[in-house]
Amino acid sequence: MNSRLTRRRFIKGVIFSGAAASTGASFYLANAQSGQSSAERLVTLNINGRNRPVDVLPQETLAHTLRYKLDLTGTKLGCNRGECGACTVLIDEVPNYSCSVLTHNVKGKTVTTIEGIKAADGTLHAVQQAFIDENSPQCGFCTPGQVMSAVALLRSNPRPTRKEALQAMSGNLYRCGAYEHYLNGVMRASGQLA
Amino acid sequence: MPSHDVMPNMDLYQPVQVEDALAIADRLAERGWLVGGGQDTYGWLKDRAKSVEALIDLSGIESLRGIKETADGIEIGALTTLTEITGNDLITQRYSVLSDAAGRVASPQIRNIGTLGGNVSQDVRCWYYRRGLDCYRAGGNLCYADTPEGMNREHSLFEASRCVAASPSDTAPALVALDATMVIQSSGGERTLAAEDYFVGPAIDIENTTALRPGEILTSVRIPSTWANATFYFEKVADRNSWDFALVNIAAAFKVSGGNIEDSRIVCGAVQCTPRRVTNVENAIRGQAKNSSTAESVAAMSTDGARVLAHNGYKVPLMQNLVKRAISA
Ligand SMILES: Cc1cc2nc3c(=O)[nH]c(=O)nc-3n(C[C@H](O)[C@H](O)[C@H](O)COP(=O)(O)OP(=O)(O)OC[C@H]3O[C@@H](n4cnc5c(N)ncnc54)[C@H](O)[C@@H]3O)c2cc1C
Ligand code: FES
Repeated sequence: MNSRLTRRRFIKGVIFSGAAASTGASFYLANAQSGQSSAERLVTLNINGRNRPVDVLPQETLAHTLRYKLDLTGTKLGCNRGECGACTVLIDEVPNYSCSVLTHNVKGKTVTTIEGIKAADGTLHAVQQAFIDENSPQCGFCTPGQVMSAVALLRSNPRPTRKEALQAMSGNLYRCGAYEHYLNGVMRASGQLA
Repeated sequence: MPSHDVMPNMDLYQPVQVEDALAIADRLAERGWLVGGGQDTYGWLKDRAKSVEALIDLSGIESLRGIKETADGIEIGALTTLTEITGNDLITQRYSVLSDAAGRVASPQIRNIGTLGGNVSQDVRCWYYRRGLDCYRAGGNLCYADTPEGMNREHSLFEASRCVAASPSDTAPALVALDATMVIQSSGGERTLAAEDYFVGPAIDIENTTALRPGEILTSVRIPSTWANATFYFEKVADRNSWDFALVNIAAAFKVSGGNIEDSRIVCGAVQCTPRRVTNVENAIRGQAKNSSTAESVAAMSTDGARVLAHNGYKVPLMQNLVKRAISA
């Protein structure tokens, strides 16, 4: 059996039992039923071009939904406080910290995660390839976030100056201090570095 | 204190009309928490330093977004993001002190979702308070920052009253410099406040940084044409160039004619709990040449009345130098 299929079944199971077991759920649903216009928990999210139905608690962050309900663990949680950038994803093409966005805020929007940027045939995105070529990552934990910020930059500004790249990458921390290597990677991905 | 990865249980309201938001805010009052972009909010809740029954997410209310020209200046919806402000032509051309300030907030990702309303209504960044300690601001009877052992390098020089926390916002000084008007709605109607009066210090209200009352929503900010196309200056000094709160920032507007300063508004952030207008300097330089000798002659008076804490004495020369640079630039 296709491993992706098993994975999806497993996730559906988790969502169901999560909803049934959560104590917060009853309060929340009760409120929704009394017509006070609070949000529906069952939502369909557009993630990496696919519709993903998922049961989302009111207070749930996007990073949590992605990692623990949709098995999209490429998005990392570093600080969970908007202070590191490891969790960066694109919401309607704009980089955001998924640890600091409620999942209920992305209904009707498109979300792109690190899993969604390679080509259909598996070819890496130019930014991913350039980061490899420039030895940008060391441990690699911050890399998915770095890739997403760079992808967003190049989609809106295909030939940035190094200063523009620095600015665009300034919301992503590196523990190893490989800033120059990542910047070289961005410049290479934009075709400005031979 | 343990680090909490997951947010506590709470209810979430996502109104799309201001009227609905006002009705919910009115009904929930202190049990509800307004959310613009959530960038100040979520840390409080994740840390369990504050708790709330329900979030009222304003981000779906389209009428609270955007920047439009009015008969007397511009009006910015409170839910407009900092990124939108940074890139808006009306603002960069006529009121660049505000776009410069907005562009220096935090990081690109935070500016992409953080709102103007949230930026000016955010709570102070004293870590004792943010860690959930029972200080004056949290309803207790002690200031942990102003003790012999307290770490207060980032705290206030002026107007401390029990609490010594400093104003964290980068856009607040710019709005005061531009003499902005804050438009506030509640289910009872609308009121407006000068930006200067929107921000409140601990002597007036030790638990809130703004004049907002429960049930009220800041709906927009109006910027009059009075200071359009003035000579502006914004500078923020922080430990890091990205992602860091100001140690001191300055927003200034000058009307200059024939090299002389006709009038000015000079405002510093992070030196007291509210943006601080340096009115004695504004008065002293009126009619003077806008140059470095004028700047030199008034720099020292800009910190008159400062009361330094154990670790923030460096802010005195820092503020003086920023005032000097603003005038001589
Ligand atoms: C890592 C980090 C770094 C930061 N650095 C900076 C910095 O350098 N400079 C700076 O200025 N700020 C900084 N901030 C603070 C702040 O998060 C952002 O400035 C942001 O603009 C806040 O806006 P928001 O809409 O996300 O706020 P929210 O969290 O949504 O709201 C903040 C507060 O304002 C209230 N509020 C929001 N909108 C309204 C409204 N329309 N009416 C009434 N009340 C309202 C909320 O109830 C809440 O109490 C930083 C935050 C983080 C996490
Ligand atoms: S995990 Fe979101 S910014 Fe660090």
